[in-house]
Amino acid sequence: MDKLLLLGDEAVGQGALDAGLSGAFGYPGTPSTEIIEYIQENEDAMKRKIHFSWSANEKTSMEEAMGLSYAGKRALVTMKHVGLNVAADAYVNSAITGANGGIIVAVADDPSMHSSQNEQDSRFYGNFAQLPVMEPCDQQEAYDMPREAFALSEKYKVPVMLRLTTRLAHSRAGIIRKEVIPENEMHRPDDPNQFMLLPAFARENYKDLLEKQSQFIAESEESKYNVFHNGDDKGMGIIACGLGYNYLMENVQGSDLDYPILKIGQYPLPRKQIEKITSECDSVLVIEEGMPLLEEKLRGYLDNCLNVKGRLDGTLPRYGELNPQIVASALGLSPKPVKDIPKTVKGRPPELCKGCPHRDTFVTLNKAMEKYGKGHVFSDIGCYTLGFLPPFNAINSCVCMGASVSMAVGAAEAGFYPSVAVIGDSTFGHSGMTGLLDAVNKESNVVIMILDNNTVAMTGMQDSAVEGSIEKICAGLGVEKEHIRVFKPLKPKHDENVKIIEEELEYSGVSVIIPRRECIHLRRKRKK
Amino acid sequence: MKKDIILAGVGGQGILTIATILGDAVIKEDLNLKQAEVHGMSQRGGAVQSHVRISDEKIHSDLIHHSTADIILSLEPMESLRYLPYLKEDGWLITNTQSFVNIPNYPQEAELLEEISKIKNSLAFDAVKIAKELGSIKATNIVMLGTTSKFIGLPYKTLKESIKSVFATKGDKIVKLNLNALEAGKKQMK
Ligand SMILES: Cc1ncc(C[n+]2csc(CCOP(=O)(O)OP(=O)(O)O)c2C)c(N)n1
Ligand code: SF4
Repeated sequence: MDKLLLLGDEAVGQGALDAGLSGAFGYPGTPSTEIIEYIQENEDAMKRKIHFSWSANEKTSMEEAMGLSYAGKRALVTMKHVGLNVAADAYVNSAITGANGGIIVAVADDPSMHSSQNEQDSRFYGNFAQLPVMEPCDQQEAYDMPREAFALSEKYKVPVMLRLTTRLAHSRAGIIRKEVIPENEMHRPDDPNQFMLLPAFARENYKDLLEKQSQFIAESEESKYNVFHNGDDKGMGIIACGLGYNYLMENVQGSDLDYPILKIGQYPLPRKQIEKITSECDSVLVIEEGMPLLEEKLRGYLDNCLNVKGRLDGTLPRYGELNPQIVASALGLSPKPVKDIPKTVKGRPPELCKGCPHRDTFVTLNKAMEKYGKGHVFSDIGCYTLGFLPPFNAINSCVCMGASVSMAVGAAEAGFYPSVAVIGDSTFGHSGMTGLLDAVNKESNVVIMILDNNTVAMTGMQDSAVEGSIEKICAGLGVEKEHIRVFKPLKPKHDENVKIIEEELEYSGVSVIIPRRECIHLRRKRKK
Repeated sequence: MKKDIILAGVGGQGILTIATILGDAVIKEDLNLKQAEVHGMSQRGGAVQSHVRISDEKIHSDLIHHSTADIILSLEPMESLRYLPYLKEDGWLITNTQSFVNIPNYPQEAELLEEISKIKNSLAFDAVKIAKELGSIKATNIVMLGTTSKFIGLPYKTLKESIKSVFATKGDKIVKLNLNALEAGKKQMK
């Protein structure tokens, strides 16, 4: 079959396409974005008329996938780790409804927070929802797993999570394709009440889910992704999950280490293999790319049964992503001499592009805010978060998508004045609209600036869900028309733009200001 | 055969194009590749790097181990030094010397060149100038690739073929420019 050179994300996309996918749903987020982008650019996907346009947020994505599954088809949902917080209501309840057509929830975690607010580990959600999770360690597994995940999903009628991490998502390697599985025919669930979670039904479904747990474990014990390698040195056994396994093998390759090794790629954890390695070895080293999920389970609350090493006792760092050096030192291998980075080398943080519309917006906003002093601008997540950095120092918060608007409302309710929110167009569509509805209903004294660059720039210029409709949305939510102001953030218009902001700051009520100019990279991207 | 290469630069300078060409060549030669790259926040004018690993054996880690990289290929002098911990004792540091200054505390050029010259095997030259003479500074990255070509374990002929395939959609003129850039870069390495 074909050999393709693919990013981990792209391998998931190709893998799902070749495994009978009918619809992909998602909201962009590093490091998950390239899964859907790959499907969008795939000719077969186009020919097969697979659904692949972006959704408004992760929750709507998950629910749309559940709808497609209800209709009997195979669905893929993609998001970054914090996106699963947004989709959590749907995800956790999807464990109770279960699936009809297979559902894969592909979530990409970002340990070390390269492009994120935290480094939460999505496997904990899988554990919480009591659903199976698969975790590839290389691009070939990322390609292969969707096949088994869909099969597992349809066999037990539950969604299956595919958990990725940054280094795999954004690393390329060759994969061998397998035969293409045809898409499912449309068919409704056998049980017409499967998706009806009135308490009486929900209780039954939940019992069902609990009964399936032992079967999930049996599946994990038989899974080809959970592999036991025998070793003669029983002084230590090593359990390695996901990418942790690669860093381990990188160090084992060519060395004389001979410990038993258990590679984990499917959850819930395979009980038999874990029993074997913990009983035959004097100690166990647990290597996990992410938070110590398995390690905590092995230790138990009292941590007095097994000799466990890992992130919780300092054998590995408590946080941050792994790499070959960290794992080498956990294995007790002595490091080679390493050259230092010369002191002349300075940090080079990201910055707003030269010519970026957000630059002009921040200069304008700073001017208008001058007389009120610092500390009044709640902001959000996107390219414009870089407005925190010098020379702008224009914003004071960045928490989770949509929080700028709601925090501004909350502060205004405390009498805080002025209370300003700065949010991007896509972030507004994701979860700023609901906060604005609150502002209108509470008659809050806030100025909401929606920075409309006509795209989701931070994650690489995807289409914004509110393109062309921001004013209508704001008016529809009840913002008064004369307080929905639009300006073009450009130097020659600086003075008149400052005046617009000043006027709205002085107005006591809900104002929306829309600085509108395209991201300078948009035309280039769209031409491609 | 095993080569570990760090590509370094600033977001937007074109290290991912170098990576794409290497990837294409690796497939043509039927070797194994792992190539980790940076997407997201840092692409906005921040420091970016890519770990390229080429081998005829199985490659486990997507990231290169400290002190084992054969080559640091950098499009920017300060960035070439950022990844020194990865370079093996007798590895090569090859960098363009034109700096990309977008921070207020950017060091003096002389300081950087001095640090670079301390590396046992290093080569620093103005690749932007060469690319400009050939017709476009956009070909700077391919000049640098040419300079490194001797060390990356891939036949030069294959690299040329890969440049043709990667730039094919951009037209003959661009293909030719980049082939010339590769050749001009190669001449820099005596
Ligand atoms: C819940 C959640 N989903 C996705 C992301 C990833 N993400 C960060 S910013 C952003 C969108 C930014 O778009 P926009 O608001 O239009 O601002 P721009 O970058 O275009 O300035 C996304 C998708 C996130 N941080 N959190
Ligand atoms: S990508 Fe676009 S929106 Fe983001 S900083 Fe650059 S110009 Fe601004």
